[in-house]
Amino acid sequence: MITAGGEDGVVLLTITATASPAMPVARDLGFLLHKHPDRAQSSEVFGGTAHVLWPEAGDERATAVLLLDVDTAALQRSRGRRETPEGFALADHVNDRPYAASSLLAVALGKVFRTALAGRCDARPELPAQPLPLEVHVPSLVSRGGAALVRQLFEPLGWDVDAAAQPLDPQVPEWGESLVVDVHLRGTLRLADALSQLYVLLPVLDDAKHYWVSTDEVDKLVRAGGDWLPAHPDRELVMTRYLRHQRSLVRDAVARLDDVEGLPLDDPSSTIKEALHTDPCTTSLIVEGGVEGVGANEEKATPLAVLRREAVLAVLREAGATSVVDLGCGEGALVRELLRDPRFTRVVGADVSARELEKAARRIGAGSTTGNLPDSVAARLELLQTSATYRDDRLAGVDAVTLVEVVEHLDPPRLPALERSVFAHARPRTVVVTTPNAEHNVRYPALAAGAFRHPDHRFEWTRAEFAAWASDVAERRGYVVVIKPVGQDDDEVGPPTQMAVFTRRDAKEEAA
Amino acid sequence: MSEKVLEVPDLSLVVLVGASGSGKSTFAARHFGPFEVVSSDHCRGLVADDVNDQAATADAFDVLHHIAGVRLRRGNLTVVDATNVQSEPRRQLVALAREHDVLPVAIVLDLPERVCLERNAARPDRDFGAHVVKRHRDALRRSLKSLRREGFRTVHVLSSVEDVEAARIVRAPLRSDKRDDHGPFDVIGDIHGCRSELETLLETLGYAITLDEHGRPVDAVHPEGRRAVFLGDLVDRGPDTPGVLRLVMGMVEAGHALAVPGNHEAKLVRALDGRDVSVTHGLETTLAQIEAIEDDDERRAFRERVRSFADGLVSHLVLDDGKLVVAHAGLKEAYHNRASGRVRSFALYGDTTGESDEFGLPVRLDWARDYRGRATVLYGHVPTPELEWVNNTLCLDTGVVFGGALSALRWPEREPVQVPAEAVHYEPVKPLVAETPVRDDDDLALTDVVSTDGAGRGVETRLAGRVAVAAEQAAGALEVMSRFAVDPHLLWYLPPTMAPAGGWAEAPELLEHPQAAFEAYRKVGVTDLLCEEKHMGSRAVVLVARSRNGLAPWSSTGGVVHTRTGRSFFSEELTVAFLDRVRAAAEGAGLWDELCGPAVGDGAGGGAGEQWLLLDAELLPWSAKAEELLRTQYAAVGAAARAALPAAVVVLEQSAARGLDVGALLERTRERETDAAAFTEAYRRYVWPTGVGEGRLDGVQLAPFQLLAASPLPGDHGPPQAGGAPKSATSGAQTFGDRDHSWHLSVADRLVEADAELGGSLFRTTRRFRVDAADAASCEAGTAWWTELTGAGGEGMVVKPFAGAALRGQKGLVQPGMKVRGAEYLRLIYGPGYVRDLERLKQRQLGRKRSLALREHALGMESLARLAEGEPLWRVHEAVFAVLALESEPVDPRL
Repeated sequence: MITAGGEDGVVLLTITATASPAMPVARDLGFLLHKHPDRAQSSEVFGGTAHVLWPEAGDERATAVLLLDVDTAALQRSRGRRETPEGFALADHVNDRPYAASSLLAVALGKVFRTALAGRCDARPELPAQPLPLEVHVPSLVSRGGAALVRQLFEPLGWDVDAAAQPLDPQVPEWGESLVVDVHLRGTLRLADALSQLYVLLPVLDDAKHYWVSTDEVDKLVRAGGDWLPAHPDRELVMTRYLRHQRSLVRDAVARLDDVEGLPLDDPSSTIKEALHTDPCTTSLIVEGGVEGVGANEEKATPLAVLRREAVLAVLREAGATSVVDLGCGEGALVRELLRDPRFTRVVGADVSARELEKAARRIGAGSTTGNLPDSVAARLELLQTSATYRDDRLAGVDAVTLVEVVEHLDPPRLPALERSVFAHARPRTVVVTTPNAEHNVRYPALAAGAFRHPDHRFEWTRAEFAAWASDVAERRGYVVVIKPVGQDDDEVGPPTQMAVFTRRDAKEEAA
Repeated sequence: MSEKVLEVPDLSLVVLVGASGSGKSTFAARHFGPFEVVSSDHCRGLVADDVNDQAATADAFDVLHHIAGVRLRRGNLTVVDATNVQSEPRRQLVALAREHDVLPVAIVLDLPERVCLERNAARPDRDFGAHVVKRHRDALRRSLKSLRREGFRTVHVLSSVEDVEAARIVRAPLRSDKRDDHGPFDVIGDIHGCRSELETLLETLGYAITLDEHGRPVDAVHPEGRRAVFLGDLVDRGPDTPGVLRLVMGMVEAGHALAVPGNHEAKLVRALDGRDVSVTHGLETTLAQIEAIEDDDERRAFRERVRSFADGLVSHLVLDDGKLVVAHAGLKEAYHNRASGRVRSFALYGDTTGESDEFGLPVRLDWARDYRGRATVLYGHVPTPELEWVNNTLCLDTGVVFGGALSALRWPEREPVQVPAEAVHYEPVKPLVAETPVRDDDDLALTDVVSTDGAGRGVETRLAGRVAVAAEQAAGALEVMSRFAVDPHLLWYLPPTMAPAGGWAEAPELLEHPQAAFEAYRKVGVTDLLCEEKHMGSRAVVLVARSRNGLAPWSSTGGVVHTRTGRSFFSEELTVAFLDRVRAAAEGAGLWDELCGPAVGDGAGGGAGEQWLLLDAELLPWSAKAEELLRTQYAAVGAAARAALPAAVVVLEQSAARGLDVGALLERTRERETDAAAFTEAYRRYVWPTGVGEGRLDGVQLAPFQLLAASPLPGDHGPPQAGGAPKSATSGAQTFGDRDHSWHLSVADRLVEADAELGGSLFRTTRRFRVDAADAASCEAGTAWWTELTGAGGEGMVVKPFAGAALRGQKGLVQPGMKVRGAEYLRLIYGPGYVRDLERLKQRQLGRKRSLALREHALGMESLARLAEGEPLWRVHEAVFAVLALESEPVDPRL
């Protein structure tokens, strides 16, 4: 009996078995799935109602349909984090979730076909172990990576893949393809394997889970992927996406899968290593680290973000600074380093984003509820929301201000405001500015020609442009400036990062 | 019994001094208000639950000092009720008074010991012995002589019960307090002995000069009773200091002028007193000119008169209900109507660092840049080549003695009057040349928009009083404003959000209905309504200067086109191209000359003659701004639905054919297919190809519907000259909130026509329909108009009071507009199948959205009003920023 579900959407997959020596009567698929082929059955699952239907159930062919009647209201209540375009307040109400085969469908599959997934069939105990000729149809699979990634992930598992990306809008052809792929899989596999692969790979392809990743997920992945995942050529991608880039979880999963198969992880260019080395300092740096991390210089042991911090710290120590404002501190990677060195007696992390500052507080261990910094360290730390384009008296009187990968996030017309608030108003002895060297971008194969390293970059300067800006500022504001490379200084295109160290002229004279 | 009058400055710290039992509390209660008195006993009670707990004394005084300090900071007279017989507590109170620049006053109740003992004996809670009173009395007697030396400017001693009974407190205004004097005034900058220029200036201002028997000017009278206000530095350097003094002293003594002293007068007084001062910086000329007075008696009398005149001047004056403050070197707000050594020093010498620059002149801090007060401050002291308003302050020293000009400002007209120097009378140490104008982004302080102590702020608005901005709202807006918005110097207005109309019982199939909007306005007594087509685009604010290099240096494009969150719509190149078309259309329509008056100069470099228009508009198509959104959100929904639903219908039909019970689900899935198709149709109306991606404007359209502001008419020297306009703009602006919407739309129509005549199709007409909400037939017609509009795929309409945006209804401010959105469009907001969930959606709460719309409306009108009055940039920005901050209020985004 079909019960009324929510009002908002439908998503489905079909599984078709054809008669074969291993299972001469196709209808016996019903035994394997524990669902009677002459009845429609439904059950409440997360996000709506799951129905199992049988559009055909003959001796030669039998098709079971898992149809999820999505209840958007229920979905909203438990909505997880998804990337949506900035400022799209209606993302809760206008999104593809009710029609997209994604983690919701995977969860429903895990619940409705739990016994089959576990490979149990009490009525026909010999069947689960038998590879069967199967067809799977997922008409609205969402794939970040398109049809190609669908093929890349399913073909190694023994499937014959027919994947057709759907246009975003047939009437607006210039928009191109959507993420929706109409997928047909054909192959001879054990049903439990087929189901577990769908269970893991639907959310992996979608790459936007509807619920928070927790350690439970590691268990689920190890359980569902234990048989086939260790041998999958893209297992790192699968794990990283499945665990949503949570590094410690990935590490945990790797260790536990290694226990299963005893496989060493030795490929330095693997996605997981990439994920492990990606700078966690800011979301922007994750992307940027991604680009900068896949440069031509293969064996680079130390990520650029780390080199940058080391270079800045060295400058601050050499300058004898004891009070430092890190302006645009993001999630506080440099602030943490500064706190580790007791010579910095006043460390101010300043950012325009209250959200970033909250993250910084958490990462530093100074969050309002999670704070566990010793009093002596907490006393040296301040986190302030400020804006480089307004003058802020709280920044005055420190020894040094650092602007690490900040200026390129400002529209050029706002640079004079930044210049005034830092060099005229705060007016510290030392100012350190780092920014990408645009010339070096050609060394990043992953970066399209002319593209910036981060979508929020408003510009990227060549060495000459940076030097011109820096010397103008120094001239106008009474500073002496020296420009230094950070990272490997390429003969042809220069270093990946350029750093300007400004010293206030009167301070320089005092020292002399 | 005669009264004993005790004079107390009306802002002062009154310290009662007297032994226990001398009747301080009784005295305080009789002569001062209950909140004015802070008592040590009460503070002991506050901190220790016991008014006699001597162990709590230190903490109690902590609290007492804090309360007294806060009150004084806020400008409230405060009386300290404690024994204060020892010198240390008095010293702390004198320091507290100085810290807040108020005068400390001591009132001593020096009553006989016997009286104190009797009174204590009558009080059951005072069980301490006679020795305490005796000790107090002894200490008091020892203190009496030293009170003045300790810093008390006024000391009143009441030595008997009769004295105490006869006492009457009279509150006297400070000498600087001339708030009751409303002028009108002519405020005159540094003269430095330039008598001839002063005479010319006074005559230009309309004064008739009176001469003495020797033909020397000794007074000047204005026929309309205006009075001059001299800003000090009358003397030194120039050719005739005695002549200037004779004229000014005569005017002041006759009540035809007011004056504040300058640093040169202060030094002259010291020199005349025979003190050892360095005779430099022009003092030598003054002394020589005085010595040149031949008659000994006359010379002596003149010296004495000058000395007593200059010595008697008050360092600053607060005039005209506190709207005007004058001081020689300016005065920060915290010092207005205060009295202390440092207030006088600031007023005379300015805010200096104590260092000297390369010319040996003091390095001055720019107090005017930080000035945020509401009073206009007029001052001199630092010669400047041009008069320039900075944050409601104006320096009127234009260096006449150095060959510049003598300047005056008419108050309250704020109209400058200048006469040029007749010669370079004195060579300046530092060249008096116009510094190259430096672009100065330093006008805005963080504290103008957020409070750094985590508290919320409020913005005072003319329309709705104080609008509160919570700290977290401001925090969010700070990021958007700093990282994405256009330069605040060009961001003068952000449009308010708009509330939707509700449903209508007779049309249950609609979530929003025109009749609901008509009724809402009818209820507040507004029946003359204009329905305007709601365009299918994005809200845009267009600031366009008449010339491409107008609004420099803030704009390199002659204006901006920004979204409702302050972001620029286009790249720089496209902005230039877009604004070229807008300014050409305005030219063709004759709007520039008609609205802004004939062009003055070429508008280059800003300043006077700059002409600009500020338009409120809709920019189409929506896809021009939101293509990414349409692609990744709307089209993605369509694509997924197109993939999933037909497949679902097929398997459901097959299952049904096999006899499986799928009844309701199949029907619902078919409905969803229809809904999804309608949804796709709905968003496609917002999409048409434009050249924006390739840097071209084709396909882009602008539908203006309101003229928000325009540059002021030339020669309009009224309020627009006020407190220093945003440096980016001109001085002030015209606003048009009092014009009805048909006028605004007629301006828009002219732009559309002019653009068409130029062969363009950039501008788009806004269709409209007038409705009389009191007339049922008219309401029906309005509903029919809307039905036709939305039936043809239109988004909907906005219903506005015909009379214009600033209209007030019977219950105060009314919504400036209400949107009535079409049923199909609402699929894009509530989801493809929202019509099947109408009953639930009709429960939506509109109150909060309406309140938000009104508050943002008040802020929007406020920023325009501040712009119109030429208020400083920070004042305009404060209101603009608050609109953005309120937008983060958690209101259902679908409304």
